[in-house]
Parts: sequence; C-alpha cells; structure tokens
Amino acid sequence: MKSLPAASTDPRDYLPAIEPERQVTDWGRSERVEGLMDRTVYEFLYHYWFRCEVEGIENVPAEGGALLVSNHAGALPPDAAMITKAIKEEHPRPRPLHLTVEHFFKGYPGFSMLVSKIGGIPAHPANVHRLLHDEGQLVLVFPEGRKGTEKLYKDRYRLRRFGRGGFVEAAMRAEVPIQPVAVVGAEEAAPVFAQMTLLKRLTGLLYFPITPTFPHFGLLGMAGYLPAKFRIRFLEPIPTDQWGPEPWNDRGLIQNVADDVRARIQDELYDMLAHRKSVWM
Amino acid sequence: MARRVLLTGLSSHWGGKLAQALERDPEIEVIVGVSPQDPTCELERTEFVRVGTQHALLRRIVQAADIDTVVDTRLIVDSVAASPRATHENNVIGTMNILAACSGPDSPVRKVVFKSSAHYYGSEQDDPAFFTESMRRPHPPRTLLEKDVVEAEGAVASFAERNPELTVSILRFANGLGPTLHTSHSAWLSLPVVPAILGFDPRYQFIHEDDIVGVLEHATRHDLDGVYNVAADGVLVLSEIASLLGRPLAPVLPPWGTGLALAALARTGLKVPPEMHSQLRYGRAIDNRKLKAAGAPLRSTTRETVSAFAQHLRVAAVKRGASEPYQYEREVEEFLRYSPSVRRADKTARLQG
Repeated sequence: MKSLPAASTDPRDYLPAIEPERQVTDWGRSERVEGLMDRTVYEFLYHYWFRCEVEGIENVPAEGGALLVSNHAGALPPDAAMITKAIKEEHPRPRPLHLTVEHFFKGYPGFSMLVSKIGGIPAHPANVHRLLHDEGQLVLVFPEGRKGTEKLYKDRYRLRRFGRGGFVEAAMRAEVPIQPVAVVGAEEAAPVFAQMTLLKRLTGLLYFPITPTFPHFGLLGMAGYLPAKFRIRFLEPIPTDQWGPEPWNDRGLIQNVADDVRARIQDELYDMLAHRKSVWM
Repeated sequence: MARRVLLTGLSSHWGGKLAQALERDPEIEVIVGVSPQDPTCELERTEFVRVGTQHALLRRIVQAADIDTVVDTRLIVDSVAASPRATHENNVIGTMNILAACSGPDSPVRKVVFKSSAHYYGSEQDDPAFFTESMRRPHPPRTLLEKDVVEAEGAVASFAERNPELTVSILRFANGLGPTLHTSHSAWLSLPVVPAILGFDPRYQFIHEDDIVGVLEHATRHDLDGVYNVAADGVLVLSEIASLLGRPLAPVLPPWGTGLALAALARTGLKVPPEMHSQLRYGRAIDNRKLKAAGAPLRSTTRETVSAFAQHLRVAAVKRGASEPYQYEREVEEFLRYSPSVRRADKTARLQG
C-alpha cells in the first residue's frame, strides 16, 4: 500500500480557499446585493429612521467566532438588520454577521433568494457549527424564534422561552463565547396587534399579523416601520470554556446557561426601558 | 495495494476514463473491464469481457484473474439515462450481484470502490448548507433514483460491515460537469438561456469530469476506507453559473406547479429528471474536507469547472461533427493486441510478457 501524505485531522485546515473573483460566498451571500441593501435601506433606517444608539460595541470580539443572542420582536423584525449595521458602523474592525433564519425562508419564492443573499443562513446546527467553529464567524440567533415575532404588542419586552437551549449547545460545541445583545425599539417600530391564524393557513405564511400597515398596504406594508428610537446594547460575552470538557452532555447545565442568558437580556431591557424618556426620541 | 483491478461498467463514461488512467500506471498488472456493452473509448491493455452483472460469471472472472480490487462505476445517477425499471435493475440488483461476486471466504478481493452519488442526500428545504458524510437525509427519498441510490449504498455498507477486513470505499459524487460528459445538467446549462424557478437561486456544486476520474484513481491506488463526499471546492448559485456561462438567467418556471411546467417542457424534448427538480429549487452542497484530508487530488474548483464548461460551449457550436466517435471493433482490437504480426513498442511488449 502506498502511504498517504501526513495529513492533519483538523477540518479547519481543509476549508476551500477564497476565490477573489467571486462576489458570492459559498453560503450564497452576495456582496453586491448586501452592499446595495446596506447603502440604501439599512443606511436610511439606521441613521435617520431609527437613529440607532449603540453601547458596548467593544464587547464584540474582533476575531474568532462568537454567538450573538438577542431579543426579537415585531412583524418582519428590523432588529437583525440594525445589529448587522451597528457592527459594520461602530466596530473598529467591521465583520460580517450571519443571521440564522427559519427553514421556511428557503422554501418560499423570493425570500429564498433574498434572505441568503443578505446573510441569512438556515438555522441548522451543522450550519451554525461550521460558521462558528470552522470559519470563526459571527452568528446571530434569536432563541425566541417564531415565538418572539408572534408576540403581541401588549406583551412587549417580555422575553419568551429561549427554545430548548440549542444555542448554548452550539456555542459550547464550537468553543466560542455567547454574546448577549439587548435591543429596545423594535417592539414599537413594528407592533403586532393581532395574529390571524386562519389567514396564516390560507396564505402559507409563517404568521399573519395585523400591524399599523399590514395587511391593508399589501406585503410591502410588512416593512412599514414606525420611527421608534433604537437602542442596541452589546453585553459582556459569556465564555463557554469554563465548564470543563464536553459540557454539552449536561442538559441541566445547558438549560441553566440558557436561562441565565435570558435573564441577563431581560434585566438589561428593563434597565434600558427605565432610562428611556421617549419611545420616539 | 491494487495490482489486479476489475472495473465494472467499462462502457460507461467513468469506466472507460478510469481504465485509460489506470493503464498509464505500470504498477497495475491487470485491468479487466466488464460491461454488457462495448467500450466507448480506446483502450490499450484493458481486457474487455462482455458480461452483465450475473454474479456467478463475475465470480469466476474474479477468481480466475485473482482480482484484488473491484471498482464499481456503473451506478446510473441521471434518471433520464434509462427507464426506471432498468435503473433499479442496474443500481440495486446489479450492486448486490457485484457484492455477491466479491464475497466468500476464498475471495481474492481485498478492496471494493463504489461510485455513489450525492443524490443519496437528496435536496430539501431543511437541509444543512453542507452535508457531511455522517449526516443522513432529513426525509426519506422522494424520487425513484434517490431511493435506488440509498438502497444500493445500504447494500454496500452492510457488505462492509460483514467483511471488516476489506477496504470498502463509498464515494458520493456531486454533479459532474465537463465537455465530454452528457448529463441532464449539462443539457440544461447548454440552452441559450439558463432557465430557473422564479424566486429561487439554488446553490450548486459541480465536479470536473477529470477530477472524477482522478478521485476514482486515487481511491483505487490508496486505501480510503469508509464514506467520502466528492465535490469541488466552492459553491455557486445558479445566477453566478449563468453569468460565468455568459447566458442570461431566465426565471421562467413558476414557483408553484413547477412539476407541471417541467412536464410540459419534457414534451418539447427537454427532459428534466425528477431528482433535478428539487435541486433547482433548494440546491445542494456537500462537505469535501474529509476527502481533501485523505489527499485526493482536486484540481478544479466549481468556478473553474463551470468556466471550463463555458469555454467548451463557445467552441462546441463550431466543432460540431468534426471528430468521429470511437467505435469498438472486437476483431480489430484483438488483432492489434495479440497478433504476432503487429510490431509493438517496447512498453507494450513488456506488459504483454
């Protein structure tokens, strides 16, 4: 038998090389589409419409993977876009942020193209692990998921259950810190007054909310935001290497960490709300 | 390890190309190619035996020629290529027969290389962005071809389990692309416009035809035990592929009722196999890092593969009909190989001796 060349076993050594001629990444993220969105929609929303105020940007690591965890609210939530833009604008070393989205988007025409082009990736544990561990990227998750966006205006800033702690396990396995993020403003920017279950079933959408502009202004009304003031606070990262080897086998620990992250964000939200003098200014 | 190789599907594209590649290696003493059809490319020293997948006959060949390595390249991965029944017969029953011919306590076979397909994973909405070898498909197979691939692989995997002393390689190939390879995808990309489903831009990975042969050759010469994904580096979206080909992307297929539209299209002569429907919608990519760690040669990235295909398309219109396809003539081949009247170069004479 011919001997094989001495090979490393770390999968990170075998990532494909970057081809500079390409404008689309292997994940389907397009520099061109993202740049266009960034220069037009995000720029306007960030600076003029929501007038974002950012605190604690220095907590976002300048290199290596990190899992950003944020609260999530509103129909077609603008929070993900604003967190992306905040890192791009305020961070000394701007980095792309990958947003995990529901598999639903991959199957819905139009969304399927757009969401992946502007940095959305299907929320599959393998995807998150590859990005965090192998590629050392920033990934943003909303552990509330659909429960957050379905939430009505009367329940604003009350965090839903944080899934089953899948995000904690993902961060532990990838050996990257968890970075909690608290966002104030999204709930007022896109308030949801009611959810129509029947219409949701008929249209095949993820949910069918009643907002100030939807459905009477059509699908575009989904993106009709009220000019609420946005405040984004990046909290202290939580290292995940403090619990010894293979901490993900301890389901209790995972649940505790998930609850802890949730409590930190919730406390921060109360604090930010207490200091907020006006929803709009 | 491999000294005496048996190739199945010699008449298939891969069988022929692989035989040509192995012929160049003097360490490989014997190459026996079996296939029910004539070979489609010129071979120097490969012995061709016209036989199907009858295991009793194959077993006699394996025993008589003292074969130590069996490379199975027969798998049909494009359901347009044959009828569903013939595909099933070839992919599932044929695989079982070949495994039966390799097994037995007195079998000289030490290694089996099985060319499988990334159709094993299918293409679904809730797929991971990159399949690794240990992943299973999230849903049971939806098309007959995918079902056959999964079943055939299951047979090979259980063969490997029953014969732990054998090296069994399962190579799951991504879609191939190249100038001499004719698949449903190459037909699709050769159209004046690249049709797409409205609102979808699927991710695609192609592997260059030469790399397919290269990887098969690598697996024949080295011992790659287990399952390996075989794909080029880089994943392109369909719109990127269209722009590399220099053709407009035409999102003419409706997102709902795509199957009906494609059925109508089949009437006009453009047959799109069912396993391609979901790929055009959701795309698929596989993680090739295990293969790269095993030292397999991959010369082209997906982008380079598509660019090479684009170059081929540009001259194909001009070159059409310029070269005669190779035709196998048994008597001529036998005369050239065995007749004492033929003056052979030293190399060939040594190999004959």
